[in-house]
Amino acid sequence: MAKKRLLTAFGTGLALLMAVSGASAAGLSDGVVKVGVMTDMSGAYSDLCGPGSVVAAQMAIDDFGGKVLGKKIELVSVDHQNKADIAANKAREWFDTEKVDVIADLPTSSAALAVMEVANQKNKITLISTGASTKITNDSCIATNVHWTYDTYALAVGTGKAVVANGGDTWFFITADYAFGHSLEGDTAAVVEANGGKVLGKVRAPFPNTDFSSFLLQAQASGAKIIGLANAGADTINSIKQAKEFGITQNQTLAGLLIFITDINSLGLDTAQGMMLTTGFYWDRNDETRAWSKRFRERHKNMPTMGQAGVYSSLMHYFAAVEKAGTDDSAAVMAAMKSMPINDMFAKNGYIRDDGRMVHDMYLVQVKKPSESKGPWDYYNVLRTIPGDEAYMSLDKSTCKLVKK
Amino acid sequence: MTWNLKNGPLLGAALMLVVLLAAPHMFYPVFLMKVLCFALFACAFNLLLGYVGLLSFGHAAFFGSAGYITAHMVKALNFDPLAGILVGVMVSSLLGLVIGWLAIRRSGIYFAMITLGFAQVIFFLSLQLKFTGGEDGIQGVPRGMLFGLVDLTDTMSMYYFVLAIFLCGFWLIYRTINSPFGQVLKAIRENEPRARSLGYDTDRFKLMAFVISAALSGLAGGTKALVFQLASLTDVNWHMSGEVVLMTLLGGMGTIFGPAIGALLVVTLNNYLAGFGSWVTIIIGAIFVSCVLAFRRGIVGEILEKVRTWPTRHKT
Repeated sequence: MAKKRLLTAFGTGLALLMAVSGASAAGLSDGVVKVGVMTDMSGAYSDLCGPGSVVAAQMAIDDFGGKVLGKKIELVSVDHQNKADIAANKAREWFDTEKVDVIADLPTSSAALAVMEVANQKNKITLISTGASTKITNDSCIATNVHWTYDTYALAVGTGKAVVANGGDTWFFITADYAFGHSLEGDTAAVVEANGGKVLGKVRAPFPNTDFSSFLLQAQASGAKIIGLANAGADTINSIKQAKEFGITQNQTLAGLLIFITDINSLGLDTAQGMMLTTGFYWDRNDETRAWSKRFRERHKNMPTMGQAGVYSSLMHYFAAVEKAGTDDSAAVMAAMKSMPINDMFAKNGYIRDDGRMVHDMYLVQVKKPSESKGPWDYYNVLRTIPGDEAYMSLDKSTCKLVKK
Repeated sequence: MTWNLKNGPLLGAALMLVVLLAAPHMFYPVFLMKVLCFALFACAFNLLLGYVGLLSFGHAAFFGSAGYITAHMVKALNFDPLAGILVGVMVSSLLGLVIGWLAIRRSGIYFAMITLGFAQVIFFLSLQLKFTGGEDGIQGVPRGMLFGLVDLTDTMSMYYFVLAIFLCGFWLIYRTINSPFGQVLKAIRENEPRARSLGYDTDRFKLMAFVISAALSGLAGGTKALVFQLASLTDVNWHMSGEVVLMTLLGGMGTIFGPAIGALLVVTLNNYLAGFGSWVTIIIGAIFVSCVLAFRRGIVGEILEKVRTWPTRHKT
């Protein structure tokens, strides 16, 4: 009996010792949690992420109390100019010399993919909010990435399906000629055809572009009912404005496949009214979104886009995961992130899958008529909430190597 | 000590070697590798502009295409890194042969426009061909094992690999300039009809210089693709062709060390001013304008001139 007790005591002591040594090995690797926001600060996408994303990241840090595990959270940001090489070089430098633990936002799919590649080598975390290509969670998926806000599949499912159901069954695409545009065009075309629609043609426009006249005229000549705009940011704004100037919108309808609320603000309701679009976040949905968006607007002149809201949400979740894991070690933090449901102003019961996809509800909205709008930024009528599992590509279709089938 | 201009390059080379060998222990090695790649690129460009007097506006085509080829060889076909770079160099010199053969028939602005035109063709191909990955570029290029022995994923060994490549390229340029062949090139630069009247087939000399320059640009481009493990459209864009002109002029066209110093300056500015976003181009533009207005020979050119005229200025 005594022998047994002695053994138990010895065992407990050993376990305690291991726990203590384990705890000292854990903790923060370099005494600081450093967040890097890599975004487009000056180019075609700067309005929909850019400085607003940096503001959102700073809000997340402030709301978390500026500290995690008793250590300071620092923020750095850089303009990657939507170029893959600049993004990859800067990410490498951040990881090597500036002790950055996590990179957030990452608009422009090609740049996001390049940064993921570096993050994978250095075993660091990326939280992609504004980057959109489905490649991020399929062929190019990595274990330390979360794709937070939306992807081209979700946009296609939302907008494509709704437009076809409303009688828009013949399509012509104007596509931004890079990973994101191709992905958005491909995903939407598949949805259109699956719902009985037909794709009459497509044209690829360089990115970024300001003169869409020749592409619009091709779209007009195609006779399609719907002109699908597989582009984003300033490109979308330019193509919509020019389509109106050409009088194309009298006979044909534009379907903006990726439209942010700042785009609507630039276009004006007069031009944008009636358009259907899919979004991951709208400020005027409930008290929680309104309260957060009001705080955001006090710091930044605009209402938040879904990309900016996603940066905030993803970082809050990351900090919580660091706290839960008790370390900033990437694998432990990722495990903690995946183990906790996401419940904040951005998502309800969101969860992170093995391929890095954060699954949450999306919203199909229609832009209000000027007469319906009660004031600035009152732009959308929410037509339908698309449940997360419908909005995102199911795991059994995934080509991600991390998904066990 | 007798100061003599003749041993200037030798002294400079020794100094440069010491600095380069010690540098990675003090500065961020990846940054230094970038500087070395661009320094080699600018030196290769300078061979054409500074020593033959041909202003090419399409050197990004050689730099970028070699990057793509090297990246493709190493990533898709599992080539040894050095073999990958060599294939890249071969392709860029072939490209140089074709483009140069057509371009050297004209001079001045027409020469520049022809090279620019071809560079745009290469840019278009890089965007459209399947293997280049369009806007995404070729990403995640493995650095691999050099001769199956040296692990290049280690930053330090990669640095010394890049340094060795740079020194080889630099030495080749130095030898080219200081050979009878180089003397003929300079003669063509000064007075082409006269060189021809002396019996030199100037077109052949110009073409050879063009091909050497293209090959060395390719060497720089292929190496850069391995350093950053990425080949992208930035390297074939006409901005890159402009950037190398800027580096060469800032540092001192027609001097041996000038382009390398210019590359160091431009890359450093690009790096440390990146926080200013779009202001970088404005700042660099302002520097360029003031350089052209105030010291037209470039940094190294101006220093050499001071040294050269020092005895005459201090005679009295």
